[in-house]
Amino acid sequence: MMETTTEEKYMFKDFVSDQEVRWCPGCDDYVILRSLQKALPEMGVRKEDVVFISGIGCSSRFPYYMDAYGMHGIHGRAPAIATGVKLANPDLSVWVITGDGDSMAIGGNHFIHVLRRNMDLNIILFNNEIYGLTKGQFSPTSLVGQKTKSSPYGNTQPPFLPGELAIGAQARFFARIGGNMPKEMTQIFIEAEKFKGTALIEVLQNCVIFNNGCFSKYTDKTVRDDQQLFIEHGKPMLFGKDREKGLVLNGLKLEVATIGENGVTQEDILVHDAKEQDPTLHQMLVRLEYPLVTGIIRSFVDVTLGEREDALTAQVKADSEFTKTDDLFFSGETYVVK
Amino acid sequence: MAIPRLLADAEKGNEILEAVVIRFVGDSGDGMQLTGTQFTDTSAMFGNDVATFPNYPSEIRAPQGSLYGVSGFQVHIGSIEVSTPGDNVDLLVAMNPAGLKTNLYAVKPGHTIIVDTDSFSKKNLEKAKYDSNPLEDGSLENYRVIEVEMTSLTKEALKDIEGIDNKSITRSKNMFALGMVYWMYHRSPEYTIDFLNKKFRTQPLIAEANTKVLNAGYYFAETLELIPNSYTIAPAKMEPGTYRIILGNTATAWGFLAAAEKSGLELFLGSYPITPATDILHELVKHKHFGVKAFQAEDEIAGITSAIGAAFAGDLAITTTSGPGLALKTEALGLAMMIELPLVVVNVQRGGPSTGLPTKTEQSDLLQALYGRNGESPVIVIAASTPANCFEYAYQASKLALEHMTPVILLTDGYIANGSAPWKIKTVAEMPEIRNNKVTGNGEEWHAYDRDEETLARSWAVPGTKGFEHRIGGLEKDQVTGNVSYVPENHEFMTKIRAEKIKRVENYIPDLTTEFAGEGDVLVIGWGGTYGALHTAVKQLQEEGVDTIGFAHFNYINPLPKNTEAILGKFKKIVVCELNNGQFAKVLRIHFSRFEFLQFNKIQGLPFGNDELIQKFKQLLPK
Ligand SMILES: Cc1ncc(C[n+]2csc(CCOP(=O)(O)OP(=O)(O)O)c2C)c(N)n1
Ligand code: SF4
Ligand SMILES: [Mg+2]
Repeated sequence: MMETTTEEKYMFKDFVSDQEVRWCPGCDDYVILRSLQKALPEMGVRKEDVVFISGIGCSSRFPYYMDAYGMHGIHGRAPAIATGVKLANPDLSVWVITGDGDSMAIGGNHFIHVLRRNMDLNIILFNNEIYGLTKGQFSPTSLVGQKTKSSPYGNTQPPFLPGELAIGAQARFFARIGGNMPKEMTQIFIEAEKFKGTALIEVLQNCVIFNNGCFSKYTDKTVRDDQQLFIEHGKPMLFGKDREKGLVLNGLKLEVATIGENGVTQEDILVHDAKEQDPTLHQMLVRLEYPLVTGIIRSFVDVTLGEREDALTAQVKADSEFTKTDDLFFSGETYVVK
Repeated sequence: MAIPRLLADAEKGNEILEAVVIRFVGDSGDGMQLTGTQFTDTSAMFGNDVATFPNYPSEIRAPQGSLYGVSGFQVHIGSIEVSTPGDNVDLLVAMNPAGLKTNLYAVKPGHTIIVDTDSFSKKNLEKAKYDSNPLEDGSLENYRVIEVEMTSLTKEALKDIEGIDNKSITRSKNMFALGMVYWMYHRSPEYTIDFLNKKFRTQPLIAEANTKVLNAGYYFAETLELIPNSYTIAPAKMEPGTYRIILGNTATAWGFLAAAEKSGLELFLGSYPITPATDILHELVKHKHFGVKAFQAEDEIAGITSAIGAAFAGDLAITTTSGPGLALKTEALGLAMMIELPLVVVNVQRGGPSTGLPTKTEQSDLLQALYGRNGESPVIVIAASTPANCFEYAYQASKLALEHMTPVILLTDGYIANGSAPWKIKTVAEMPEIRNNKVTGNGEEWHAYDRDEETLARSWAVPGTKGFEHRIGGLEKDQVTGNVSYVPENHEFMTKIRAEKIKRVENYIPDLTTEFAGEGDVLVIGWGGTYGALHTAVKQLQEEGVDTIGFAHFNYINPLPKNTEAILGKFKKIVVCELNNGQFAKVLRIHFSRFEFLQFNKIQGLPFGNDELIQKFKQLLPK
């Protein structure tokens, strides 16, 4: 999160670059771009302090379209590049832009380690359950049986659930949002920037060309209310057109209950605690298939890598006898030749 | 090295030598590295020139007494210039049978071996795979063997000290050996006593015990009739100044510290541990007080990419590795070249290919450094040539990267990285200025790929600078606007300008120099870590009266010094000597096809030996 607030008031268009956007018409990537361009002026960060780092993929073209600092890196490595940027200058607001293949196939190693370290970064994961840029091969989030260019008879590799993997890798902040919900998405981006630590936002991003409709059963406007539970910290986990359904805990399982049926009242419905350190319930929410849970699922505030490093550096500096390299070079065992 | 010549029998029982090579060997736990380092430091303070090389077992905790658990430390000291740790040894101190067995080959016939006879037990002999006791079976007839019951004498020396455990007693026997060697070479044990008092400040008993044993060894040698001679090695003529003994890897790390301070930038290291480069990471993590950000990443790719991120954000960014790690960094190095950010990649070369010989030295990553990337992707490649000048070349690599906005690969190798030698300490004030290309102004009319007319370096706008918001990346960029461009002519233009930018670095590096003959029959060519061996061999020939052999050593490999061709033309024969299968010779053939390049190659994981070089050069010289 940025400490610096700005005198300047930015508008949405201040973050629009002069580059023509080249995604396919109808691609959810446009929604993500606009949502973030709308969110940025609300964050109180200076434009020159905002940095976008991406890997390779359709999604990774994103930095070119943002009028801020940006680097279109190499496939899978954006979290590592971003780590270097943030360690070099902790005052920057650093955003990682990545796809499902970029983050969980070739970049899987960096993805888990960046989450484990908990640097103050934001990561937007464009999950379209497909490799878009290379024209339609299955990805680590593609479903078993999914027919793609590289799985003409159906995919045989079971998928990762990004939230499950991320929380397993100690993600402190995890949010999931449909690619067709710009209002909520904008709000989540603002919350992610406020959060101190690595904030991961998975966007269920429809690829109209290679995997059209992959999330429709959850995200279509007609079914959304019944199939999705948008959760908020401190609020009961209710969903349904009339918010008549909710989640209850039965033993070690989450279950859907309807208020008014079988004696279930509002009081029986679980209240969401995103800030809880124990990730057990967060994992259960991530894994739930009906309803699909969206919103900020986990937001546990923990010490960041930057804070640890700063404290250590201050301590070492205070204890050190060296202020200049000359002090080091002439310290210890030296001798003079006349 | 030249066999030390006897100058004069100054007094009976004392020989004056120009140089001597001593090797201390024993079990990993016998403290041989400490013993060797102490002898080195004491000799350096006395004024000798010194060069050292350690030889550790690759196993972390090898079984006691085993052949592969032997740890050694070799030191070469001289009243003359000393450029290598030496090949064959004048004195071997062997603390156990395994040490004797694995190191006997290196002792010059007729020269001295000191052994701890207490360690030649049946069990230890078996572990060292000796069928019979070499001290008894006559196999050491050609050497002067000094048998000392070192363990017993150590115990004896400590019998009056109360409260000291047996383990500490036996562990201090290395001090007995060191005491003896101090007496033999007229060295005072004072420096080591001082050192022990400091090291064991909180354990005065241990300090006292070690000091006692050290003195016991010293007086034992003095009174021992078995040692007929002592030796004097006068101080060497060295440039006046303040010195310290420095390891190659430490010198590399310190070169970066100096460059960061001089350039006013913070130093960022992204690295993943790998032998023999890890000590640079070990050194730099200590220096948080200078603002050093040393980041141990999850792999080599994250090592270099985090450094690229730090370079983007305005730090002096480096990444350190060895051969296999450089292979992993390949793609990212291409990105750094494409986005034209300053970055130094250190490759401490080891024996390859693949995992190869991790603890041995080789120069076989040269072609990888020059060409090991996809696409047309030239970078600057330079090489350090001695443990001490790793400092200069790390500094120079940083300067070139920052001033020319490009990745620079700095090659060192296991031999100079782990070797130590005197370093005349440089203050940061006396180092050359380092400019950087950071932008000024408000960013109007500015483009990311605007270039300096002379160097062709692009300017450096770091995040946080208002008005300069821009995007860079691995896709080809338009030469004017810096936006993504697939225009065919633009790609060709950009490819050529990136090559030209590196080529122009030749205007900013020193000319190639020759040592010994400036023209004549044979030009010996080397690069990188073989400097000491090649210099010593050619010097010996010159001292023997050969005045038509010259020596040119390359520290700058891409681009090559501008006067290279002129120098090549001054000799009838050219021989390129390398610890690989002829990689630099290939490069020279590409650049200078009109010359014939003879080769002398060694690919054994070992440095050049003096004798093999002399023999080769003599073959090439006219009869
Ligand atoms: C080293 C390397 N390997 C492979 C590729 C080819 N490649 C580019 S993007 C991509 C997959 C992208 O998929 P994803 O991360 O899901 O992004 P999307 O295009 O779907 O947004 C692949 C395989 C590459 N650019 N670099
Ligand atoms: S291929 Fe798919 S993900 Fe890529 S731009 Fe087109 S619709 Fe979007
Ligand atoms: Mg994808």
